[in-house]
Amino acid sequence: MRNAFARVLTELAKDDNSLLLYYADIGNRLFNPLKEFAEDRTINAGIAEANMASMAAGSAMMGHKPFIYTITPFTTSRNFEQIKIDIAYQNQPVIIVGTGSGLSYANLGPTHHSFEDIALMRALPNMHVICPADAYELEQLMPQLIKLNAPCYFRIGKKNEPAVHESKPALTFGKVHVMCPGERIAVLSSGTIMPLAQELVRTLNERGVSPELVSFHTVKPLDQDYLNDAMTRFDHVITLEEHNVNGGFGSAVLEYFSEQANWPRVHRFGIPDRFIDQVHSTADARAKAGLTVTDIMNTLSERGVV
Amino acid sequence: MTHLISAQIRHTLCDVSNKTKTPHLGSCLSCVDILTALYWNVMNIYPDQPMHPERDYFLLGKGHAASALYTSLAYRGFFPIEDLYQHGSTGSRFEEHPGIHAPDGVETVSGSLGHALSLATGMALSKQLQGANNHFYVLMGDGEINEGTVWEAAMFAAGKRLSNLVAIVDFNKLQGTGESTDIMHLEPLEEKWRAFGWHTMRVDGHDLSALVQALEAAKSIQQPVCIVADTVKGKGVSFMENDNNWHYRIPTEEEVAHAKQELGLS
Repeated sequence: MRNAFARVLTELAKDDNSLLLYYADIGNRLFNPLKEFAEDRTINAGIAEANMASMAAGSAMMGHKPFIYTITPFTTSRNFEQIKIDIAYQNQPVIIVGTGSGLSYANLGPTHHSFEDIALMRALPNMHVICPADAYELEQLMPQLIKLNAPCYFRIGKKNEPAVHESKPALTFGKVHVMCPGERIAVLSSGTIMPLAQELVRTLNERGVSPELVSFHTVKPLDQDYLNDAMTRFDHVITLEEHNVNGGFGSAVLEYFSEQANWPRVHRFGIPDRFIDQVHSTADARAKAGLTVTDIMNTLSERGVV
Repeated sequence: MTHLISAQIRHTLCDVSNKTKTPHLGSCLSCVDILTALYWNVMNIYPDQPMHPERDYFLLGKGHAASALYTSLAYRGFFPIEDLYQHGSTGSRFEEHPGIHAPDGVETVSGSLGHALSLATGMALSKQLQGANNHFYVLMGDGEINEGTVWEAAMFAAGKRLSNLVAIVDFNKLQGTGESTDIMHLEPLEEKWRAFGWHTMRVDGHDLSALVQALEAAKSIQQPVCIVADTVKGKGVSFMENDNNWHYRIPTEEEVAHAKQELGLS
């Protein structure tokens, strides 16, 4: 997905001189194509992410539309106060890109995991939170984020994530994408965990259940129109994300429902409230976190959903 | 002329502090002459058109000295001096730390230390890329430079040889709860900035002609410039000078009258 980010940015920056990239000394040759025609707009900010966030805000104040790019924890939690004051409060159009979100860098340990970034970013006024499921979604959403001209957090994967769409879907920022309509149960998935959601739907299909599958790429603002509709159509809503089960996408859905009169039962699946370490791969880490179809089906069965 | 303005600004700061209960008087008084040098002699500004594209930018790092900035802007004609007495009241543009509704002439939010140099570095880089000639001046406290981001920005700006960026350290030797040179190892401060790749100068931060001379010289230096300005916290009012209680204390009406006398205004 990071390759798609670099490719799309390169394409967009050809036509838009205001686009600027600050990266915190990662990416190696990733941004070489961008450098070829916009070397002065491809800025290595050094391993100094807090300064990078403020500098990007300063550039935005001068009319640029900067991206800041590094591994998720370093572009969200290490520099959180700079994001809060300089980007969010001063409402500057900086797009904060977190690559390798969730458990993408599972084997690198908790320093490189990000299970708290959605919680942090969605707690900031003016901030928009977008979690594409694959490179197609990234490609569709990125130009829309630039047009927003507002603070955005773009939570992307690492590389070689499976495509969850067969071709470019027609996506609109702030609106869900229904991948497959269904009834009784809705599976709402946000970000790169979509393949697990698809596997879960296939398993439910085998049990004779036809759930609806939704890519909930925009976490903030939540698509309230869809959720209002979902309240009348489904008995159970399942949320899936590679983020702490507390404070993330599932919590956002639950918070919205909690203010309504009648709402379906919500089942949130994500990283349990603990650090995940001593793992060698994303699959291994997901298993350790209970993010497998077997674990989810067991929970749904215990709760009488299936 | 500007000496008189510095004195008037100092007296207004004391009076506004007394009437609106605004703290940080000591921090404000120490940077008045630096602000006077910038706003009256050095910076290209347009009080009638505060957003003029060719203006120079001033960023206040030590946001708790907001009152000193507001008062300088008022005396320089950005808005009426009487407006300063709205300081801290509900709905006021004059917040204790400048917010997004701050009055004309205040360029950025301030209050959390160590943001301004980073912001100005991004601004200066962008303007350089756009081929514009604006200059960026950042005033930081000696306590403020405890913050690590200051040194991140310092390394970056020097790496890019940003010749449109000037940092001024209001080195009054006191921070919130003690002597700044005891709390952190600050000296030799000028050499530190030089080691980080900046052209440095050290001046008496209350000598207006020395300040102006240094700031004018900075304009033609092809790298970022740091001016370490030796100052006195509470400068100009004998019973406030070097007394850190005035980081938070509010003067009484009698003390304001006494200060006025000492400043040669009555």
